[in-house]
Amino acid sequence: MAHDMKPKNMGARIRSVVIVVALAGALGGCATSGNPKDPIEGFNRAMYGFNEAVDTVLIKPVAKGYDAVLPTPVRTGVTNFFGNIADLFIGVNNLLQGKPDQAVSDLGRVLINSTIGILGLFDVATEAGLEKHEEDFGQTFGRWGVGNGAYVVLPIFGPRTVRDTAGLVLDVAVDPLANIGNVPTRNTLLGLRLIDTRADLLPADKVIEEAALDKYSYVRDGYLQRRRNLIHDGNPPRELLD
Amino acid sequence: MKRLIGLFAALLFSAPLFATNVAASDIAPDVLVRNVTNEVLDIVRKDKDIQAGNTKKTLDLVEAKVLPHFNFQRMTQLALGREGRQATPEQLKTITGEFRDLLVRTYSKALTEFRDQEISFKPFKMAATETDVKVRTEIKQTGGKPAQLDYYLEKNAAGWKVYDIEVGGISLVTNYRSTFAQEIRAGGIDGLIRSLQEKNKTADAKAK
Repeated sequence: MAHDMKPKNMGARIRSVVIVVALAGALGGCATSGNPKDPIEGFNRAMYGFNEAVDTVLIKPVAKGYDAVLPTPVRTGVTNFFGNIADLFIGVNNLLQGKPDQAVSDLGRVLINSTIGILGLFDVATEAGLEKHEEDFGQTFGRWGVGNGAYVVLPIFGPRTVRDTAGLVLDVAVDPLANIGNVPTRNTLLGLRLIDTRADLLPADKVIEEAALDKYSYVRDGYLQRRRNLIHDGNPPRELLD
Repeated sequence: MKRLIGLFAALLFSAPLFATNVAASDIAPDVLVRNVTNEVLDIVRKDKDIQAGNTKKTLDLVEAKVLPHFNFQRMTQLALGREGRQATPEQLKTITGEFRDLLVRTYSKALTEFRDQEISFKPFKMAATETDVKVRTEIKQTGGKPAQLDYYLEKNAAGWKVYDIEVGGISLVTNYRSTFAQEIRAGGIDGLIRSLQEKNKTADAKAK
């Protein structure tokens, strides 16, 4: 998705950097600290560093400008617009996870927000009591009993597990935006969504910066806890701690 | 790129918590959480200095209103896990102090960044005999599912004390566990202490 939004040579350049960094990580081998959830830590740290670099020079500055320029109602409208499109497959995933009532609610949200909410710009469904959910194929696989597999940091997409990477492939394959035929329109929308999502995370960024002793492992462990929580729809069994 | 970070980063909204100076032992845990949240948020939303980014003032507020309701010893134990058993009482004391500073600064930061979010309190039930409970709250987010913000409280002689906070399912305490373990494996307990001290020093320097 990410290189879709950039001019072609830029995409190619990033791709070659990715390969170099990946190789360096793999060859530089395993500066692992022996965490069983993170067997390819050496590689992951290299990829994480690469993502941070891309974020610092490219994505974050654009997101900051975007956030500074647009008035809040417009920002909210953009986030709602993409959220509405996402609700469609959130509904499908709820159905696949055996939660038909939630799936119906999600599809109801799409109907209401696409019409009364003017193409999804206003989230009137939430006001009407249909709460937004968060689902994806990675969660569906988890719900079906597929384990995490190793933690892996993907270029641009960031933290995933092996299972969630498989989920991501499906998420992207069915993503309505990624399937728009007109390439300039598609790329503009994908780019806008990326920047909008990133801008929403700006405040959180500062807090993580403040909290983390080692940002890489803080983000990794946070990701793993978060996914566990999502798969259990907010009610995971409390982990036994020794 | 990092939607996940966001959620879990939604993390530290937690700042707006607990108020002080009440005969806390008589107060039910859910009431305690609600009172302190409301009191602290109220102050933050009215205080021009805090809104302008006065770190010192925010830290003082958290110290005064929130800290008395936290059990930092328990938090430190949870974050250290098994690795903590090799620490001497002296080392444990140092770690608890440093960890406390780190958490306080994190909360203060979150409090400033997320002060405008609306918090709602979920229905709460407990048996009279229970001494370990979870109080659930939610943070509204525009364009997204509300973020869970849950408090784990344990009752001791001094009343109900918070020993863990989860934001979007991410525990602010146990999320340090593997980092701590990694530091201890690399440089022993003293290595961990050094890292914590360094982190706090850098942050202090930045705040000035």
